[in-house]
Amino acid sequence: MENLIGLLVAAPLLGAAVLLCGGRRLDRSGPWVGTLLAAVSFALAVALFADMLGRSGEERTLTTTVFSWVPVGGFRADVGFQLDQLSMTFVLLITGVGTLIHLYSVGYMEHDERRRRFFGYLNLFLAAMLLLVVAGNYLLLYVGWEGVGLASYLLIGFWQHKPSAATAAKKAFLVNRVGDMGLSIAIMLMFTTFGTFAFGPVLEGAGQAGEGKLTAVGLMLLLAACGKSAQVPLQSWLGDAMEGPTPVSALIHAATMVTAGVYLITRSGALFDAAPTAQTAVVTVGAVTLLFGAIVGCAKDDIKKALAGSTMSQIGYMILAAGLGPVGYVFAIMHLVTHGFFKAGLFLGAGSVMHGMNDEVDMRRYGGLRKYMPVTFVTFGLGYLAIIGFPGLSGFFSKDKIIEAAFAKGGTEGWILGGAALLGAGITAFYMTRVMLMTFFGERRWQPDADGNAPHPHESPKTMTVPMVILAFGSVFAGGLFAVNDTFLKWLEPVTGHAHGNPPVSALTVTAATMVVLVLGVALAWARYGRKPVPVTAPRGSWLTRAARRDLLQDDFNHIVLVRGGEHLTRSLVYVDHTLVDGVVNGTAASVGGLSGRMRRLQNGYARSYAVSMFGGAAVLIAATLLMRAV
Amino acid sequence: MSFPLLTATAVVPAVGAVATAAVPAARRAAAKWLALGFSLATLVLAAVQLVRFDPDAAGPFQLTESHAWIKDFGVRYELGVDGIAVVLIALTALLIPFIVLAGWHDADPLEGASPNWRWRPTQGFFALILMVEAMVVISFEATDVFLFYLFFEAMLIPMYFLIGGFGDRAGERSEEETAAQRSYAAVKFLLYNLAGGLIMMAAVIGLYAVTADQLGMGTFSLQEIVQARADGRLDLAPAAERSLFLGFFFAFAVKAPLWPLHTWLPNAMGEATAPVAVLITAVVDKVGTFAMLRFCLQLFPEASKWATPVIVALALVSIVYGALLAVGQRDIKRLVAYASISHFGFIVLGIFAMTTQGQGGATLYMVNHGISTAALMLVAGFLISRRGSRLIADYGGVQKVAPVLAGTFLVGGLATLSLPGLAPFVSEFLVLVGTFSRYPAAGIIATVGIVLAALYVLVLYQRTMTGPVKDGVRGMPDLRVRELAVVAPLIALLLFLGVYPKPLTEIIDPAVGHTMSQVEKSDPKPDVPVNEAEAAK
Amino acid sequence: MNPVNYLYLAALLFTIGATGVLLRRNAIVVFMCVELMLNACNLAFVTFSRLHGNLDGQIIAFFTMVVAAAEVVIGLAIIVTIFRSRHSASVDDANLLKL
Repeated sequence: MENLIGLLVAAPLLGAAVLLCGGRRLDRSGPWVGTLLAAVSFALAVALFADMLGRSGEERTLTTTVFSWVPVGGFRADVGFQLDQLSMTFVLLITGVGTLIHLYSVGYMEHDERRRRFFGYLNLFLAAMLLLVVAGNYLLLYVGWEGVGLASYLLIGFWQHKPSAATAAKKAFLVNRVGDMGLSIAIMLMFTTFGTFAFGPVLEGAGQAGEGKLTAVGLMLLLAACGKSAQVPLQSWLGDAMEGPTPVSALIHAATMVTAGVYLITRSGALFDAAPTAQTAVVTVGAVTLLFGAIVGCAKDDIKKALAGSTMSQIGYMILAAGLGPVGYVFAIMHLVTHGFFKAGLFLGAGSVMHGMNDEVDMRRYGGLRKYMPVTFVTFGLGYLAIIGFPGLSGFFSKDKIIEAAFAKGGTEGWILGGAALLGAGITAFYMTRVMLMTFFGERRWQPDADGNAPHPHESPKTMTVPMVILAFGSVFAGGLFAVNDTFLKWLEPVTGHAHGNPPVSALTVTAATMVVLVLGVALAWARYGRKPVPVTAPRGSWLTRAARRDLLQDDFNHIVLVRGGEHLTRSLVYVDHTLVDGVVNGTAASVGGLSGRMRRLQNGYARSYAVSMFGGAAVLIAATLLMRAV
Repeated sequence: MSFPLLTATAVVPAVGAVATAAVPAARRAAAKWLALGFSLATLVLAAVQLVRFDPDAAGPFQLTESHAWIKDFGVRYELGVDGIAVVLIALTALLIPFIVLAGWHDADPLEGASPNWRWRPTQGFFALILMVEAMVVISFEATDVFLFYLFFEAMLIPMYFLIGGFGDRAGERSEEETAAQRSYAAVKFLLYNLAGGLIMMAAVIGLYAVTADQLGMGTFSLQEIVQARADGRLDLAPAAERSLFLGFFFAFAVKAPLWPLHTWLPNAMGEATAPVAVLITAVVDKVGTFAMLRFCLQLFPEASKWATPVIVALALVSIVYGALLAVGQRDIKRLVAYASISHFGFIVLGIFAMTTQGQGGATLYMVNHGISTAALMLVAGFLISRRGSRLIADYGGVQKVAPVLAGTFLVGGLATLSLPGLAPFVSEFLVLVGTFSRYPAAGIIATVGIVLAALYVLVLYQRTMTGPVKDGVRGMPDLRVRELAVVAPLIALLLFLGVYPKPLTEIIDPAVGHTMSQVEKSDPKPDVPVNEAEAAK
Repeated sequence: MNPVNYLYLAALLFTIGATGVLLRRNAIVVFMCVELMLNACNLAFVTFSRLHGNLDGQIIAFFTMVVAAAEVVIGLAIIVTIFRSRHSASVDDANLLKL
């Protein structure tokens, strides 16, 4: 069974290699080859899952070492895998949703001449993401971590001829690199503290290390998670990342890659549990981001960017839950899985809408689409109900638990976190209702584009709608399935551990409060976007709206401080290098040259003047000799 | 007497150089094939070295050869390789065929130039490359300080002609202007390195004087001096040891190049053709960092420890400064040059971190940097030869017209920014870990370098390869078979060593252990060591 | 006669020769002045030989004469060649070595 883990990663990797090096003859069959290998990976995952279910809770972890990777002195990094319930959950999500999105892309990318490469990149992403979750040590995890970053870079910038796409891709990679810096420092700290960075020994030994070191490790891991999961302050790349093709946004920037930060924190739970300061930082980041993302999501008119804000916000919930410690780990992962379903579904729906609307993304130019795209409308609608936490659907179960756990943190902190989570739920309801209303209800607002092509909204082909339907099923039932009998909790508990929190108010009260804010959010959105017609050009809006449209000015801050500052710095350094450092060198050369220029004048070519110097020299020598004699 | 393998590895390219130079003017193609043949023969010999080398054997050097040479001055012809040298010789021998192949048309006479039986630039170009190879190989092999010094300096001569004599086609600049800049670059290269060499010569003579004074007869033999120091027969006063160390180090720091002695590199790499630029940064400069490990640390362990804080600081400046300047460049080749300065900072940092991981990583870094820079720079060279311009601003949208070229360029770039899965990641991480475990602050500052590396690589890629297709780029042909034959193996190697670097680390590790024992340093211990059995699992 | 007087004569001749080399421009005259200096040296050698009572000085004087003869041959040839090409025998006109 252990050998299958390697195959799990190898199958999509093979696909990537074949598709990227295969050349033109694979252009036609490429999409299917990629989809097939993703499906193979999913089949392997199911086989492993079945095998795992056959064993009891504690014995479910599979570990295997394939080969020794970097052995240098006391530094040993192995290529080794660890598959436990936590990894398994991710593996199933990644391969399952991944396969569906491959299938969807077959239809979505049908007319793109570079689709072979697209599928190669998608397969590469799957391989890296699977490596990330099945890695047995932090360094191998880091390989997957940067691997998904690369795949994300390639896919965001897939339409490279658009400068905006190329810039967005670069930005995503760079911001992620800042996070990666955190991860590499964390690994170095682990190495100096424990002498290893394999999961087992590090997490077992966590209790013995000094709290200062653990706090440092925790903060660095948090930095890494912020980069990958688009949390404040490294969240700015996610909105721009929507430049990529929509299936990419669904798979990478909603369902899987962006949740890697949550995985990292949950995986390192033992470290965080021993470092309360780091945990406080984690919940703070989570709470801030869940509000930040939600506010940004309210103001965007671009359907994908609105969904991106929502993703940021939902991951904020997960990070918040993960930061709560054993009380929250299970719920973080549970929300992650349900979110994987409904957010992927929502993005695929958005893609389907764009597909039918000549790639228009501005929601102000949609309207009334429910008549034209019934399947998309229904699946999107179910995803919408799931994300706002409509009772009975997936999001309800997972989000409610997180809000509860946040209150259970206790004290002022608990009230603040719980309040933030509750407020976030209300805003979620608002912005999602807004998206829903602007897209599928109201008047039709689309117009011919600059070339005079009016969009003809139509339902998408089967390859696209089937994955949407399947994901809609997941959005509806996954949460309930997990919550019944605490199935999910029991499944994950052996790995993450679990503690029951005691909220200051009863669970029922929390649920009721959530319902109230939910209704408020929906009602407010309906009052603004359902009752009144939506203007095609965006109104100026309040200062908050304007700021939120600009990602709460964070991009402006980045631009002024980092980009401009960096440009000035490099430019002045280039100047310094040229004038000062090189100036010393050239100056030395010039002064030697100048000196010899003077000396050269002595060589005037007149034989007689040479003779004079000879005589003079001889005379001086003789005089000196005589003088020395005399003395 | 067994077959002198080490001598043969150096002599074969030297013979090749002479043979290539002797090819008549009309038979240019023959000269190319001859050069390629000899470089491949050297590669075979280097491979034999690698196979015959036994990493676990006792004693610092293997395959040794020793003959008296200049008896009056105690100069011996002493060769020997340790794990570090044998790997670097393999790198050199590996890269030269690619350099030859990549520069296949770089030295063809200009079209329309009048045929002249004496004018043989092609023959000269390839002969000089082989000459450099011979000298570099013997520098890696020499265990006699004088012998090393001789070839360390002598390789400047062919390099000078390679930089000054051959450059890119003028493109939009006038022929006179390029020629002037080229000769400026070549002279700068020569003078910089000569200055370093001159100071080193004083130190070499000083070393001789000290040994002559204390041992009764002067010697340049590395092993003898190390042995004498271990026995206590040779006792250097701290002041003397430090000044000798500085003399050696200065020369190596110029060659490496370390901030602030780096300014020759961008000029030289910018003006030389891409294959020669690879020769400079991937092969010749490695002699500098290699010599720090072999000579500075082994001959002067105490002084090395004394100078460590300053050198670590300079290395950090190099890393950050080189990367920042790379970001600010407008010229593709100069950008790669500044990136190399940043990478050399990492190598020096690793060496002077004085940990197994640091030094092992630094050695591995030398190899990986050689391969990755070769990949990036050679593809850049192919790009430049198509457009006739080195300016980043003249490109745009290349991936649309030449996707394979863009793809290989990206892989080279990703290797330069140390993406995991590609070889440079392993070495860079080892250097970082090695540094961090001794100097945490330095480790963290160096980590900033990886963010900046991503910046300059991606900005370069974005500006040249993506976006709308620019006018001069339209109709640009994709990589030809010869060019693909150069790049594909390099990329394959980058992937292989990224996934499975063990064959190299196994060879390097014992040698690094030996160097570490010379400086009497051991790795810092972890705070809470988890038990070994668990760690092994 | 006191042999020292010959030394005075030699010094005088040498000075005249040196002055001529420095002041005259005509190459032939300069050349003759060089010869004069050489002969002054010869005279001094012979005088010293006499003073010390051995033959070393006289032998060296012969050497000098041979060298001087060879020098005359080459020197005159050069001067003639220069005169042919530049129509002047002035030493100041032959300053091609100047940078």
